[in-house]
Amino acid sequence: MRFISHRDVARAFERAFRVAEVPLAFTAGFSPHPKISFGPALAVGYESDAEYLDLECTEEVDETRWTAEVTAALPEGIAVTRVAPLADRAPSLQEEISVLAYEVVLGGIPADAVGPVVADLLGRASVEVTVSRKGEARIDDIRPSVLALHQPRPYEACVVVEVATRPRTLRVVDVVHGLRAVAGDAWPIEESRVRRTYQWIERGGARHEPLDVDRRSDARTLEACA
Amino acid sequence: MSNLWPRIESLLPRVEKPARYIGMERGSVRPEHHPGKVAWLLLYPDAYEVGLPNQGLQILYEILNERDDAVAERSYAPWVDLEAEMRAHGVPLFSVDTHRAAGDFDVLAFNLSAELVFTNLLNCVDLAGVPVRSAQRHPEHPLILAGGHCAFNPEPLADYVDAFVMGDGEEVIAEITEVIGAWKRSGRAHREQVLHDLATVPGVYVPSMYDVEYDGPRVVGVTPRYPDVPAVVDKRTVADLAEWPYPKRQLVPLVEVVHDRLNVELFRGCTRGCRFCQAGMITRPVRERPLEQVRTMVRDGLRRTGYDEVALTSLSSADFSGIDGLVGGIVEEQTATGSVSLSLPSLRVDAFTVGVASEIQRVRRTGLTFAPEAGSWRLRQVINKLVTEADLYAAVDAAFSQGWRRVKLYFLTGLPTETDVDTLGIAELATNVVDIGRRYTKGASATVSVGGFVPKPHTPFQWFGQNSVDELRRKVSLLRDALRRSPAKVRWHDPEASFAEGIASRGDRRIGAVIERVWRAGGTFQEWSEHFSLGRWLDAMAAEGLDPDWYVTRHRTEDEVLPWDHIAAGLHRDFLWQDWKAALAEHGLPDCRWTPCYDCGVCTGYALEHVVAANVPPAGGSQGTGQDLATGHSVPVQLLPAGARPRSGGTGARVAG
Repeated sequence: MRFISHRDVARAFERAFRVAEVPLAFTAGFSPHPKISFGPALAVGYESDAEYLDLECTEEVDETRWTAEVTAALPEGIAVTRVAPLADRAPSLQEEISVLAYEVVLGGIPADAVGPVVADLLGRASVEVTVSRKGEARIDDIRPSVLALHQPRPYEACVVVEVATRPRTLRVVDVVHGLRAVAGDAWPIEESRVRRTYQWIERGGARHEPLDVDRRSDARTLEACA
Repeated sequence: MSNLWPRIESLLPRVEKPARYIGMERGSVRPEHHPGKVAWLLLYPDAYEVGLPNQGLQILYEILNERDDAVAERSYAPWVDLEAEMRAHGVPLFSVDTHRAAGDFDVLAFNLSAELVFTNLLNCVDLAGVPVRSAQRHPEHPLILAGGHCAFNPEPLADYVDAFVMGDGEEVIAEITEVIGAWKRSGRAHREQVLHDLATVPGVYVPSMYDVEYDGPRVVGVTPRYPDVPAVVDKRTVADLAEWPYPKRQLVPLVEVVHDRLNVELFRGCTRGCRFCQAGMITRPVRERPLEQVRTMVRDGLRRTGYDEVALTSLSSADFSGIDGLVGGIVEEQTATGSVSLSLPSLRVDAFTVGVASEIQRVRRTGLTFAPEAGSWRLRQVINKLVTEADLYAAVDAAFSQGWRRVKLYFLTGLPTETDVDTLGIAELATNVVDIGRRYTKGASATVSVGGFVPKPHTPFQWFGQNSVDELRRKVSLLRDALRRSPAKVRWHDPEASFAEGIASRGDRRIGAVIERVWRAGGTFQEWSEHFSLGRWLDAMAAEGLDPDWYVTRHRTEDEVLPWDHIAAGLHRDFLWQDWKAALAEHGLPDCRWTPCYDCGVCTGYALEHVVAANVPPAGGSQGTGQDLATGHSVPVQLLPAGARPRSGGTGARVAG
């Protein structure tokens, strides 16, 4: 399921809600849309254990029944894992989520060479890479947006990275470019497989999963992609 | 057998829209293969986004998978980026359902809905690891079958496709499965044996069972090589759509595709008799689906798919008996349960139709499309699109007054007897349409879309010499100049693509080698402007020593053997010839549902009748009769005297007083 785009996932959810007869609330006006809002987009080709969406309904829903029925109506490989009521006028996922965590399997480098490259990157004050933004190439310092970086298992060429979503979301591909820049000619590091592991909302210096804040009233749901 | 998924998966991160190749659509199945079952791979030889919604393919997919003796999977033409990766890594064509190699199926069955996909068929066969020419295939290779509208002139692909299937596939597919199943059980010894057996199945044409005789450039005869092989292959026709409520589980793709909505077929066939329209001619007679079944299919389909849009499809959906009641009912039921929109993809040009449209499009009134097809009443009589100017203006007035802001007008150019007066007539109609719109809204706009006319087999225009590329270009320029200062915008189809389509449309067996050359030169996805080049086609024609103009722009004569004369869509050849003469005499021919039979041959030949709930035209506009039917439901159509039937050389339509 990792090969479908954020937009396609959104459409799959809309259809699944209709099949499961979820009492969707619609926007008013000439072109009514269901009131569903998604969190930060996941790039095509990435897996995820942690995707979220906010949904407004016209009546209270039975969360347990709803979880099973929507999952049954979703394409194979996407499942709703948890539903929580959301407070009225809660800020949107797009506004609130400030940290994204990924597990990135690397190619072009052996497992035992990953640690020194990670340490090197973390030790630098700035890491400049060429990023493409709106089709234009420009040099950016990615270092401030890398909040954490480590190798979770010494026997695997893999890193866990936490990136900031502000001032703009740092893309995984640019983190890998950064590692490659740091490694120099020694290792032609490339991204081989990526899985999003967490999305965090930061409040008062603490991190929360999106389902654990702003609870009440409507549903904020958690979905997982496999 | 082979599951290629691990090898495919490693290629997907490098290609555009990888979800086109993963299957997993809601409604799809992963059938269990078994040596005792005939394994069908149903292929649409164009991009997934174009092929997935194809209703014919989805219907056969379900019917085959419901059988005990068959399994069916699907495949589409891999886009050029994936094809390059597949060839570089030795990955063959695969099914999207279980990622099984195409070469492991018993049958590769292609849907041919346009001529310019012919090179893609060759490419898919080659990617499957199967020799592209039938004569080079061995018993272990899959059988290559093709059906769909373009199969009605099978000759350009005669050396490449083992067997063609003419007409509706619902019933014949069972007979074909049984023949192939028996061949499998007998040990698949000789290919010739199964092909001979297939050639005796009604509706199946096996080109290798026929010898073609030429006299210079002309085909002078096509004769069967065995006494039990029919001299003329007749199409198959499903008599009653009610017995075939398919698709029951329409596929819901994960990625956006064309016609991305629930599609419910209202009826098959069309008796409007537009002379340029191959679909209308070869799918006769009209067979309507019972109203109650349509309602059920809409209700169940929406519930199952989760779509928020349903299209009621057919060649002229507003002609369905009781369309207004049906539409009203669906709108009432669905707006009660959620926001579902309804669309009629083929609108007729009249105010009644706009009324129906306004019923269904209570929201989102952005654009409406009408197809007057020709710029003058004279030419519309020639092509038998009996839409008056009053019809068009009334339709447009109704549309703008009811809140639509954009109108799209479809025209053909390069039609028989067309002069510059007709071409400039398009500009005049478009200008008047914008003027009408501006009475209601400042933002009113009209877009004129012009396509170059390509004459098609089994139509009255099959004898007509297509306009040259230069002539089509000149007409498009004339129209653009005429509309230069007008707010109406003009769009046009590439005249060069129309020319290549013309080569394939009325080609004979010799055109096959041209198609093969175009393919070998890299000419796949010829329907896509970024991949099309006429140069490849002209080079291939030259290399084969064939004259493009002889095939494309030449008028055919009455006594000439046409390359598809041994294929029958049920229409008498003399009916078509008389209708061609009537066209040249500028005589229209009203719809035979509410006028006497013209004896086109279909109903009598197949002992069928038009299955319609009402034999009177609905109200409003002229309903394609060119007559004032404002009162409606009362058949104020002047009945033609017997002697006036075109078959006896008389006149066509009359305008009642």
